[in-house]
Amino acid sequence: MIKKRMASLALGLLFGVGLTMSGMLQPQKVQDFLDFSDIKGRWDPSLALVMGGAVLITLLSFPIILRRSHPVLGTKFHVPTLKHLDSKLAIGAALFGIGWGLGGFCPGPALVGLVTGSRSTLVFVAAMLAGMALHRVYHDLRQPQSHS
Amino acid sequence: MHNFTPLPSLVGGLLIGSAAALMLLLKGRIAGISGIIGGLLQPSRGDTSWRVLFLIGLVAAPLLVMFVTGQLPEVHSQASNRLLIIAGLLVGFGTRLGSGCTSGHGVCGIGRRSVRSVTATLIFISTGALTVFVVRHILGGSQ
Repeated sequence: MIKKRMASLALGLLFGVGLTMSGMLQPQKVQDFLDFSDIKGRWDPSLALVMGGAVLITLLSFPIILRRSHPVLGTKFHVPTLKHLDSKLAIGAALFGIGWGLGGFCPGPALVGLVTGSRSTLVFVAAMLAGMALHRVYHDLRQPQSHS
Repeated sequence: MHNFTPLPSLVGGLLIGSAAALMLLLKGRIAGISGIIGGLLQPSRGDTSWRVLFLIGLVAAPLLVMFVTGQLPEVHSQASNRLLIIAGLLVGFGTRLGSGCTSGHGVCGIGRRSVRSVTATLIFISTGALTVFVVRHILGGSQ
């Protein structure tokens, strides 16, 4: 139990240290990456290296890890089972992208940025949690009988 | 490209990928931040403490960085509160509706070679780029 808890805490720390080092706590760097029309000027490819570095590790390691019968500290793998594309995925990703472009914050870097005391980050995170709660209400209204 | 930070960004990315890989190896979980928070909004027995502990580690990470480098990173944003609230609502609602964000779909989903995640990542980068284009070059905002 203690080992499991320490692992969760340490994994959060490692993820957060990576995000802090990556420079993605700065909304400006995210927006400068997304500004492809200014490729000879302000465009900042840093985010591509963050994603590239992270995806390199997951692409190489995930298939090997998933060959195990169960995780080291657990009884089974909890990986998404949905395979088909649907409108929820497309609309959700589209809305997320618009919000990401507007503010330059996505969930991870916004949470990691809280401790810097930045007022913008605090306002963003509060609104983000409200958006998630709103989705919960919307989800329950659409499917009142399912409580998955 | 004067703000390009290749080395720290690559190292940061490798650490993020390592955290995601260890999360799957040790706990069998996907390190998707919006999903980890979202699970707390519909708590179920035995599924809460790992989420809270992971998020505590995540939030405390800059303090660890400060312990090593001697300075706390700063976040600079010129966005108005109104804009940040709209952005936050869209990110919160959109990531839950679309089942993931940059970490869940972008880092982990692509690692699983998931068609859904590759599609979602292409969509959010496209609408993000379109939004920045409209705000900066059509509306002429200074951010």
